[in-house]
Amino acid sequence: MTAISASPSRRPAWQHLIGFNLLTAIVGAILGYLIGHFIGGRIHAPSLDFFGDTGQNDIAILLGYLFGVIGFMIGMGFANYPVRRMLGYPPTLAEHESEGLGLARYFRLCTDHKVVGIQYIVGIGVFFFIGGLNAMFIRTELLNPNSHAFGPNQYLTLVGMHGTMMMGMMTSVILGPFANWLVPLMIGARRMAFPRIEAFTFWLLMAAGVVLVTTVFFGGFQTGWTGYQPLGGQGTAGYDAYIGFFALVGLSMCLLGLNLLATIITMRAPGMTWSRLPIFVWSVLATATLMLLASPMLLAALLMGAFDRTVQTGFYVPGVGGSSYLWQNLFWVFGHPEVYIVALPGFGIVLELLPVFSRKPLWGYRLAVAGMLGVSLLSFFVWQHHLFVSGINADLRPFYMLSTELISLPTGFIFLCAMGTIWRGRIRFTVPMLFCLGWVFNFLIGGISGVFLSDVPSDVTTHGSFFSMAHFHYTIMGGLVFTLFAAIYYWGPKMTGFKFNERLGKIHFWSLFVAFNSTFGPLFALGLLGMPRRVVTYPTNLQGLNVWVSISAFVIGLSMLVFLVNLVWSQLFVREPEVGNPWASKSAEWQLPTPVPVHDFDRMPVFDSDPYPYGVPPVTSPQVAPAGGTA
Amino acid sequence: MYKPCRGEAGVSAPGKRVIWVAGTAVLVCVLIGLYIGFYLTTSPGDASASAVRTPVGTQLYLATVAASELSDPHPTWVSYYQTDARDQNWHHATTYELPRNSLVHVTIYQFDGQSGLRNPFIAQATGVIGGSFELNGKPTRTIDPDAASHIFAIPQMGVSVPLAGIPDSAKNPCDNAPCPLSTDHETISFTIRTPGPGLYRWQCFVPCAAGYIDGFGGPMQSVGYMDGFIKVV
Amino acid sequence: MNEVHHFRRVLLIWVVSSVIFTPLVVFVLAPGIPPGDGTVQSAGQVTDNAVLFGLSTPIALAVLVFFAYSLIVFRERQPEAVLDGPPVRGHAGIQLWWIVVTSVIVLSLAGYGTARMLDDGAGGGQGPNPIAKPDPSQPPLQVQVIAQQWKFLFRFPGYGGVETAHLELPSNRMIEFHVTSLDVIHSFWAYQLGVKADATPGADNIAYVQTKKPLGFDIHCAELCGVWHGYMFDKGAVVAPTQFTAWIRQQQVRFAPIRKSLPPYSTTYFPEPQKRAG
Repeated sequence: MTAISASPSRRPAWQHLIGFNLLTAIVGAILGYLIGHFIGGRIHAPSLDFFGDTGQNDIAILLGYLFGVIGFMIGMGFANYPVRRMLGYPPTLAEHESEGLGLARYFRLCTDHKVVGIQYIVGIGVFFFIGGLNAMFIRTELLNPNSHAFGPNQYLTLVGMHGTMMMGMMTSVILGPFANWLVPLMIGARRMAFPRIEAFTFWLLMAAGVVLVTTVFFGGFQTGWTGYQPLGGQGTAGYDAYIGFFALVGLSMCLLGLNLLATIITMRAPGMTWSRLPIFVWSVLATATLMLLASPMLLAALLMGAFDRTVQTGFYVPGVGGSSYLWQNLFWVFGHPEVYIVALPGFGIVLELLPVFSRKPLWGYRLAVAGMLGVSLLSFFVWQHHLFVSGINADLRPFYMLSTELISLPTGFIFLCAMGTIWRGRIRFTVPMLFCLGWVFNFLIGGISGVFLSDVPSDVTTHGSFFSMAHFHYTIMGGLVFTLFAAIYYWGPKMTGFKFNERLGKIHFWSLFVAFNSTFGPLFALGLLGMPRRVVTYPTNLQGLNVWVSISAFVIGLSMLVFLVNLVWSQLFVREPEVGNPWASKSAEWQLPTPVPVHDFDRMPVFDSDPYPYGVPPVTSPQVAPAGGTA
Repeated sequence: MYKPCRGEAGVSAPGKRVIWVAGTAVLVCVLIGLYIGFYLTTSPGDASASAVRTPVGTQLYLATVAASELSDPHPTWVSYYQTDARDQNWHHATTYELPRNSLVHVTIYQFDGQSGLRNPFIAQATGVIGGSFELNGKPTRTIDPDAASHIFAIPQMGVSVPLAGIPDSAKNPCDNAPCPLSTDHETISFTIRTPGPGLYRWQCFVPCAAGYIDGFGGPMQSVGYMDGFIKVV
Repeated sequence: MNEVHHFRRVLLIWVVSSVIFTPLVVFVLAPGIPPGDGTVQSAGQVTDNAVLFGLSTPIALAVLVFFAYSLIVFRERQPEAVLDGPPVRGHAGIQLWWIVVTSVIVLSLAGYGTARMLDDGAGGGQGPNPIAKPDPSQPPLQVQVIAQQWKFLFRFPGYGGVETAHLELPSNRMIEFHVTSLDVIHSFWAYQLGVKADATPGADNIAYVQTKKPLGFDIHCAELCGVWHGYMFDKGAVVAPTQFTAWIRQQQVRFAPIRKSLPPYSTTYFPEPQKRAG
């Protein structure tokens, strides 16, 4: 019995409303917004209006967001600890003692990495479904070759919201929930290196999501997720929400990456050498490095954009000394690592799960590590392939063509390791395995279509068309979302303690896999036939294909509903407990009891092998031996 | 040995779960409702209005104003108004219904000041019957690019007509819509031939959105102000 | 022994399927892929796509055949008992060969792409200092594309700087597009010509295309530029040289009234920030 778990005082439910929690945070956010808006209103003077009165005050709105987020964090209780320490009180673990709270601990500051993991998956999930809903609206509009359902303004806002939601919120969808939840367990740590920062990144992301949704009250933004300037500078106040959103996401990503890096580097248990690190942790390491290094670039770009809009600087305005290339370069210096931030954790999940369901050790461990690190290193040297036809000096074009195509080398390593792992294995077609195999197919198509885009002559046709859109949906949706579901079906029972319905899981997989390919496969053809991205109209001869795609997209929506039903039904109503090790995995997290105790390990675990000792007798020996007979 | 995080007593009876699920479902429905509501309602003045059919042909009466009426969500934005008959009853509308394959006489009362064109080329009218339009009754083909206040352009029909602004020295400018004809204005009229049925967009090419970069934000990028549709039926 | 046996079978299936499918893809599917052979550059893009398709078909088949074979042959036939496979942790030779083979493929692809790009510019926008220039002995026809929200206008410096609302080009002629923008970033995509060049404010983006026979082509904006991005399209035509001369004369007459108001021809334009009356 540890001291912390000894006294879970049970209080009446209403008392949970008192103190620092989501309610006070919302109150703080509203107060903060009003204060910020008021100050902004004082600062904003007609003299700042170089051109004239736009009827909007960007300073007030951006300051409102800033103060609103600060108020939110204070209301959440993030200021308590530093303030108490400054006043001379001893350090406490109050945020950690959330045991007796039941569901309430998910609505307040909690530094338990397992609580944060659950918070992340639910929180991001909500925004994922909002983003998906936007996609359904987009496809509704594209049922007809002319503007008909929403009109061009709302259509572009939908496109921008969908892209921004997916590329912003979903960046952390593996590292937020699964890395936070699993990395300490996998490396034998009792917590993350910076538990408060861990909770902070989550609530920052939630604040970001809300900021983005508020764009609808300010007229939306019509720039897509890339937010190109000076088009963004022309935007109404809805673009301020874009800036606020991405700035918060960038900050959250940066801190999340920092925290994970520090945890993996410093908190490994004895015996957890670099060559025994689970491959998923290696992918987290590679991704966290990218997050830490790439997101500051985004923050810098956004800060300049915010200055352009508020205090009338001209960083991105040609003709007054600025350049629109500046935004394109800065954005893609962040943006290309960003797409690997999205893809890399998927590599890790696939290579982590294939050994379990092939009953074989991971084949080519070092090659897989080299592949992940290689991708993350190369991803900083490829961004100008987004600018192949942009009119910047063409001299470096061969270099960027080469560096982009070189990325297929380390990605090929991942495929080789996957192929080697299943070879002569004993393959079990569980739901998570199916999603991993779906990844193999989708990412293969996504990767090969990427070669077309990296090749300048071919890119001239495909650049900015539906081809490139199909390509990145194959890599991101076919790559990230499929592995996300693999992870949910695989680790979900461990995280919640309850099984999923396998039949619904299989229906979910097959409907998603078929509908996904039926949606995005034809988009390659649409792109080659000359349909640019983000258009609200298209030539009438393309209507047949577009209707096909739209209907397939609606089937994707239905497939997601199947998942929701499975989630609600199996986790809230049936609640069949999952106590053991259903996949017979040899990884550390599965050797712990379910639910995992608050402080994970009661003694320092010692690792004597990597997590893949399959086929090595004795077959059933756990490779972690937590003393005390907890298993 | 370990105290389970989620004690059996922690989350409980099916009734409580039903409440949670129902609550979440209601929340999701409200979110979706908000969404749809928002997307269907954010275009003020997107109401469709049809042209007037008179014995001498179809007449479309429009007015461009420097600022919408004070009750509008964006009272400082430039916009188009339309009237059904010559009863001076102006409506904020930018979707106009025209009959197919016929001549339409358009009359635009232009109450806004001069802004100037970013590309002077657009100061020459195209796509109008006879190659010229009438500016205050005088046949005209081009205007001074710097004097342009707006362009009434339907690119898919090839129509582009420059609308001259009232001079800076105007004594009696109109502040906010609706603008009475007694205030200073220019009258532009021209005839176009409509194509087959369909939805055609129209827009302005003068950077008339005050305060936005290149004058092309805000009202210039919002259907319901300086953009709209021609519905040919 | 067993492994060799399986591997040989995978290899055989792969070779057979590649031999069947690669020619099908290269000779049946790929030539039909747009943008067609209307110009030298678009024909080059079709060739390029055919090469990429031809190369990627066996690669994709290798992975797919391998997975399909493994999933069928190595599936667990006794799901009740948890039995492990052989503890094979890698094979240095296979890994080395994989690295060598993929490196060779990637490097040759990059070399091929570079050579193709330097050959005729591939129709892409190359910025103000193109690295792939056409034969200097034949002066190309210069056409300026001026994008603005939401319209493309065209200017011909060789014909007195006349500006036109639509685009016609002579056949069998090298065309030098100078693409620029007056406001935000657009992208000039003349689909059947195989030309795509971003229109960036304050920048001169040069793209070359060698036209062949007369044809009609579609112009789209390929970079999100605001509310009417989806409607920023137009139709153009490549016509016989005599017809083109007649057309440009006609345009000169038609737009003579506005000619005197146009600014002098320049590769970029910076219209003043607009004053706003009222």
